[in-house]
Amino acid sequence: MGFKEKCFKKSLWVFHLSAGSCNNCDIEILDLLTPKYDVERFGMKLVGSIRHADVLLVTGIVTKKTLPRVLEVYNQAPKPIVVIAIGACPCTGGIFASGYNFAGPLDKVIPVDAYVPGCPPKPEAMLAGVVKLLNKK
Amino acid sequence: MGKKTVVPIGPYHPLLEEPEFFKLYCDGETVVDMEWETGYNHRGIEKICESKTFEQVFYVVERICGICSTSHPFAYANAVESIAKVEIPVRAKLIRSIVGELERIHSHLLWVGLAGHFLGYNTVFMWAWKYREPVLDMFEIITGNRNSYAMFTIGGVRRDISAEQATQLLKVLDDVKIKTDLLVGAVMDDPVLHARLKGVGILTAKDIHDFGAVGPTARASGVDIDVRRDDPYAAYDMIKWKVITTPEGDVFAKAKVRLLEMYESISIIQQCLELLKKEKVGDIKAKVKEIPAGIGIGHAEAPRGEVFHFVKSDGSNSPVRHKIRAPSYTCIPTFRRSCIGGTISDAAIATAAVDPCYCCTERMTQVYDHRTGKRLMNAEELIKLSQQKTEEIRKKIKV
Ligand code: SF4
Repeated sequence: MGFKEKCFKKSLWVFHLSAGSCNNCDIEILDLLTPKYDVERFGMKLVGSIRHADVLLVTGIVTKKTLPRVLEVYNQAPKPIVVIAIGACPCTGGIFASGYNFAGPLDKVIPVDAYVPGCPPKPEAMLAGVVKLLNKK
Repeated sequence: MGKKTVVPIGPYHPLLEEPEFFKLYCDGETVVDMEWETGYNHRGIEKICESKTFEQVFYVVERICGICSTSHPFAYANAVESIAKVEIPVRAKLIRSIVGELERIHSHLLWVGLAGHFLGYNTVFMWAWKYREPVLDMFEIITGNRNSYAMFTIGGVRRDISAEQATQLLKVLDDVKIKTDLLVGAVMDDPVLHARLKGVGILTAKDIHDFGAVGPTARASGVDIDVRRDDPYAAYDMIKWKVITTPEGDVFAKAKVRLLEMYESISIIQQCLELLKKEKVGDIKAKVKEIPAGIGIGHAEAPRGEVFHFVKSDGSNSPVRHKIRAPSYTCIPTFRRSCIGGTISDAAIATAAVDPCYCCTERMTQVYDHRTGKRLMNAEELIKLSQQKTEEIRKKIKV
């Protein structure tokens, strides 16, 4: 288990950043909080400020206009922080990779710890992503 | 007027799902002016569409907005089919309407939840989203995915609805109806919500006409427009339903319109399923050989209002021009009427009331200087600028 994973055994606080998404991944993240999935059982919750967060969830492609903001948010985050790319968009650019406003996959911009592919990934997939990350040897 | 204070909100703010930036100019508690900046979410979809084939464009337009991921393909299908002059089978029409209305139910439930969340009434948020889950499960059963259904294709739909699925769907609808009753009871009779929402963020019918707002926003101000009735497409002229309007124009009226529309959607789906029994199973797609040269216009009533697609074809296998206008594009500017003059605390719910969707709205516009009439940027300059910026970014992130 790496240092980061050791730090984050309990009660992860999550900050959600939509870089340039279609909203679908975002509503699926919100779905995680609502009664069917209810991740607050595990002490996870969405927080309003990156300065309180342990996990940064990024959805959507990084567009040219959001690029400086994404960097800014990452710089403001208390380290160590876990960055998870949610959806095909931040992983590779997905369907928008050929667009003129696409500034590159997320891992070219900030270091990424886990990728959850899918367009949109199911809430279960997001949970599985976090679990895999925590169990990393 | 006293000293103005600027309250910046965004681009990343706990209340905002998407990146956008608001500047509220306040005098004490009162909002006296506001500005907003979008463009964070601009992904260049119209241009991407031009590089795809007509079939592939469906999956691009679906990802304009995840919440209305049927409305955009709906309008696009109407546009392309108007170029190709195909008549789609009745069964496909019915299935299209069913998916469209299911989407309206899920979108309105989502809005009710978010509106509750904006008010700090998280119980409503949890309720509404809990009741939304069976609808999403139903989507998964019918289309194979919870969102982004990939259901439409040129000339029809890609999957049929079987008899078992229909029975299952009817059961879910009955359930949703009971839950809607519950929500309507919780919202309409709640004295706290009355006090909080009545008379807040009022838009008059004149405001609606001035800004060209559409959808539930317009209908809540007594403007009786609905594409489904005014220019019927798919199966909407085969069934009986009514357009919900109410004259008040405040946030409460918008909630009321949306909640009551859910009943209409349920009844539309039930009627469609009834009609579906009479159609031949499997007859869901008309053959389309080619898309001739021409211009096609299609619109559809999304949960938020009219979606408009313009497609130009030159006879090749991909569109040469694709123009999209989403409902939020005209609804968002109404903020200037609904927020200015109100208090800061009302601004959040007044903006949320039109159910703005910024990822739909991020279209690019050309700018003309209004004094000289000169175009400030032409395509070449923009491309140059874009290349220049890409170069800068490349350097910055070292790829
Ligand atoms: S990955 Fe797909 S669903 Fe998620 S934001 Fe991107 S386009 Fe939307």
